[in-house]
Amino acid sequence: MQGNDKGGAEARYQAQLNEGRFLIQRCSDCNHHVFFPRVVCPHCGSAALAWVEPKGTGVVYSTTTVRRKPDLGGDYDVSLVELDEGVRMMSRVDGVPPTDVKIGMRVRAKVVDDKGVGMVVFTAEDAK
Amino acid sequence: MSLKDLRGKIAIVGVGTAGCGEAHGMSDLEILTQAAKAAVEDAGLAMKDMDGLCTANLNSAMWPLNVVEGLGVRPKFVDGTNVGGAAFVAHQLPAMLALNAGLCDAVLVCYGSTQRTATFGRKERSAARILLDPDPFQTPYKPFNPPSSYALIAARHMHQYGTTRRHLAEVAVAARKWAQLNPEAFARDPLDIDTVLKARMISDPLTAYDCCLVTDGAAAYVMTRADRAKELRKTPVYILSNATAVWHRSVSSMRDLTVTPSKDSGERAFAAAGLGPKDMHMLQTYDAFSINTILALEDLGFCGKGEGGAFVENGAIAPGGKFPVNTNGGGLSCVHPNMYGAFITIEAVRQLRGECGERQVKGAKTAVVNGNGGNSASCQSTSVLATADAL
Ligand SMILES: [Zn+2]
Repeated sequence: MQGNDKGGAEARYQAQLNEGRFLIQRCSDCNHHVFFPRVVCPHCGSAALAWVEPKGTGVVYSTTTVRRKPDLGGDYDVSLVELDEGVRMMSRVDGVPPTDVKIGMRVRAKVVDDKGVGMVVFTAEDAK
Repeated sequence: MSLKDLRGKIAIVGVGTAGCGEAHGMSDLEILTQAAKAAVEDAGLAMKDMDGLCTANLNSAMWPLNVVEGLGVRPKFVDGTNVGGAAFVAHQLPAMLALNAGLCDAVLVCYGSTQRTATFGRKERSAARILLDPDPFQTPYKPFNPPSSYALIAARHMHQYGTTRRHLAEVAVAARKWAQLNPEAFARDPLDIDTVLKARMISDPLTAYDCCLVTDGAAAYVMTRADRAKELRKTPVYILSNATAVWHRSVSSMRDLTVTPSKDSGERAFAAAGLGPKDMHMLQTYDAFSINTILALEDLGFCGKGEGGAFVENGAIAPGGKFPVNTNGGGLSCVHPNMYGAFITIEAVRQLRGECGERQVKGAKTAVVNGNGGNSASCQSTSVLATADAL
């Protein structure tokens, strides 16, 4: 059961990220991977959700460049990434100009520190 | 009982709008009240006759209380369900059930927002909502919502089906051409495809012209049982069916970005109406973004999946085209005060009454109304409306 002594699934996910670890859930009953973290499996209703480390690789399912004035930081990418485990998440692809991020691009996750808060971003899988 | 048993049992008998465009110095409740008064008078009824109420507002969690107090009504039936802008279409089924059961005799569906001119604006509200209604798995990546979510949907549709920015521009230009025939529309300047294509990007592939307006506006309509409707002032417009589908909240949880819940709500609405897309004389769909119109045409069955771009080519949905869509000018060019679902219902009613002047669809007897709600086509509610001829 997720969410008792150490807080709920969402809090535990973020606590792991803050320590640099990216974990998702996998249902011990129906074997589906689950993201975002929950206390009950949205596929089968089971509460037996275990934390697992994803491979960290995936593919850009869709992408947009959000236009922002240069003095506010300029344009940036927002992408939906489908992990190889089959779950999808919103994120950002770093290391290339936002308009160069394309649907179908292979990407790899990394955890970055955003003012003390861990967050998952992606870079091109073949990037050094 | 099934949805089919409600076919034609309930009619829309009064409609009203107020404060469309800019309503300087007015509050949400004030323009809502003006629209409600107009709708009630259009029906030939009085405000005290409204013993059912459906309403919602993005800023107020208990908005029906504000409206009851403002209008001075004492409803026996109330529905404050907020599923985004689709709400004012989705309110129909609960109201139909209540009316049909005799729990009440007249339901007022109403909405008002002065988001464009209010001093507490969109920026402050967006900031407050991040705190009140967190979206922790999206907010860190700063999607500019709702445009970014619909941009992700549009990008995927383009990737999968070869839909082009020109197709999206066709939708925006068609909406503008209808708006030019509608004195109530806010944006009536000429617009062509090249202007849309060259416009400022908001969130690729959507430009400013692919995004709905930000206006003030209020809308209200009155529903009653068909037997009572016949005795009222205006020719009744019958609700043959209404069905709602909700599939997700955020775009990151949307299973297939190219398929909206209209696929389900549309199928159920058409089945209960005993009619199909081929029988429809018009579509009034919630065009929050140009891609919405293409998705609605596909998901409601006017064309196959992925064929929506080709469907709208060469002015096909513009005045004089093969199929009238969003004849008031839509959220893109007529009015869009945050939640727009009541307006598409009202435009269908006005068309079916033959009140639309220059933009009138000749001989219109049927209409499909398709509401859209949430940041990523999360909720869809579909109604089939018709004149007495189609009963
Ligand atoms: Zn499961």
